[in-house]
Amino acid sequence: MTEPRQGTAKQDEDAPPVQTFLRYTHRGAPGLADTVFEVADLSVYYGDYEAVRDVTMAIGRRQITAMIGPSGCGKSTVLRCFNRMNDLIPGARVSGKITYHGEDLYAPEVDAIEVRRRIGMVFQKPNPFPKSIYDNIAYGPRVNGVRKGLDDIVEEALRQAALWDEVKDKLKESGLSLSGGQQQRLCIARTIAIKPEVILMDEPCSALDPIATAKIEDLMHGLAQDFTIIIVTHNMQQAARVSDRTAFFTADVDDQGVRHGRLVEYDLTGQIFTTPSDKRTEDYITGRFG
Amino acid sequence: MTAAASGVVLLTMAAITVFLIYRAVPALRGNAANFFTEQRWDADGTPPRFGIAAAFYFTVLTSAIAIVLAVPVAVGVALFINYYAPRRLSSGLGYMVELLAAVPSIVYGLWGFTFLAPHLTGLVSWLDRWFGWTIVLRYRPESAPNNYSPLTAGIVLAIMILPIICSISREVFQRVPREQIEAAQALGAYRWETIRMAVLPLGRAGVISASILGLGRALGETLAVTMLLSTAFAINIHFTETGGVTFASIIALKYGEAGPTGTGALIAAGLCLFLLTLAVNFAANVIVRRNKVA
Repeated sequence: MTEPRQGTAKQDEDAPPVQTFLRYTHRGAPGLADTVFEVADLSVYYGDYEAVRDVTMAIGRRQITAMIGPSGCGKSTVLRCFNRMNDLIPGARVSGKITYHGEDLYAPEVDAIEVRRRIGMVFQKPNPFPKSIYDNIAYGPRVNGVRKGLDDIVEEALRQAALWDEVKDKLKESGLSLSGGQQQRLCIARTIAIKPEVILMDEPCSALDPIATAKIEDLMHGLAQDFTIIIVTHNMQQAARVSDRTAFFTADVDDQGVRHGRLVEYDLTGQIFTTPSDKRTEDYITGRFG
Repeated sequence: MTAAASGVVLLTMAAITVFLIYRAVPALRGNAANFFTEQRWDADGTPPRFGIAAAFYFTVLTSAIAIVLAVPVAVGVALFINYYAPRRLSSGLGYMVELLAAVPSIVYGLWGFTFLAPHLTGLVSWLDRWFGWTIVLRYRPESAPNNYSPLTAGIVLAIMILPIICSISREVFQRVPREQIEAAQALGAYRWETIRMAVLPLGRAGVISASILGLGRALGETLAVTMLLSTAFAINIHFTETGGVTFASIIALKYGEAGPTGTGALIAAGLCLFLLTLAVNFAANVIVRRNKVA
């Protein structure tokens, strides 16, 4: 799927600038009639450093959107804007706009805690709490004030994460007693248990072996029935396998020699991997760069 | 090299133990009373009568009070510095707490004796009013005119052991992996919920070892306690009444005037303190191992 395609370079020459391209096409594009997030001119700063510059994209409801690109291109940084995890880093701030169902996510009256309760996140390294499997799942509902029916919530979350059959007889055992792949599915179940609308995944398989990775990818297809998923991945094949849409980021060096993450191209995954419209995307997916 | 170094440590330990036993045995032989149940300390009398019951009781009591008071405060301060205080305040606060450790114990003793004790009357009356029914906290002003009581000694000890517990707890909390904290935050946990789920369980073993280090210091503390407790070789179950003596304070008080039997008797008391701290450390190891997160 990543074989070089000849002849796209010619198209590039007269292609409009990337940002314009996006602005004119993402609304109303096939499969994107129904958006969850709309990102407009988003820049993220750590102190004075502008880590990501001018990202504009829309995320479709109940779709899997992949964000790919070389290290340091800002894809994880952008992902962490969707649930305001960047707020927790001292000195981090954003400019531009992210709306969630039309509501400005960074409006002063928006409670970041509330945002995170609707937009869940799964991390690179499986990070279950050093507690029982049951308590790991029940934690989210508990902090959300749920006291009754926890058993059912736990079971349902574990079933949705395709982990129930493996752990149903040892719910009292430590979450850390599971294998790496099981721990990551436990973390997915833990996120599902708070019944978010969106699940953000930050390289969820990078610490897993191929079999565990395949299980998580299968799981993602199922989850996309109920959830909107945004996944950051290093692995282009993974993006090609699981996602509906793919955003390609790269790091640009500006006039002062400072690197900024940029969104280069955002399109249907099939398009990105067969007929990318930007030379940089093509170079990346064909392995000539990054 | 390393083998030799650890050999030296073991030899020193063995030498100390042998010395203590060697000097203690003759005195213990001549003791007319039961060493473990006798409360009085008359080691140079004829016949010598002495025992560690009172010292054991007050040593454990003052240290227990110190730990009960110090651990929650120290952990609270550590959490505040690490997670709540604004950055500029937190480094200053951390430094202040560490300064507490630099104050010599004689200064704590003086402060407790001249300032804290006279100002505790209000507190002990209040404790008496609400917790008098526990008997141990009952307060009769006529038997504790100056508040030179195990409670006062415990409070001073608590302040003395606070810095070590606090700074070790801070370090332990800092080592909690970032992913754990983010996991809780990504689930929409408020700060306290994050601390309860991610920080405290992983830090528990470390907080326990920090507390044991503090306890060890409290058990062996001599100067401040000697100044604060007016020697009374009788077990008194009221925490707020004058009196009490600890292993360390007996030795400090009696060593100068002790005859040959008296010295042996004091060495026996020292041996008991040594065994007590050894037992505490051993227990701590067991607890820490059991609490280690797999």
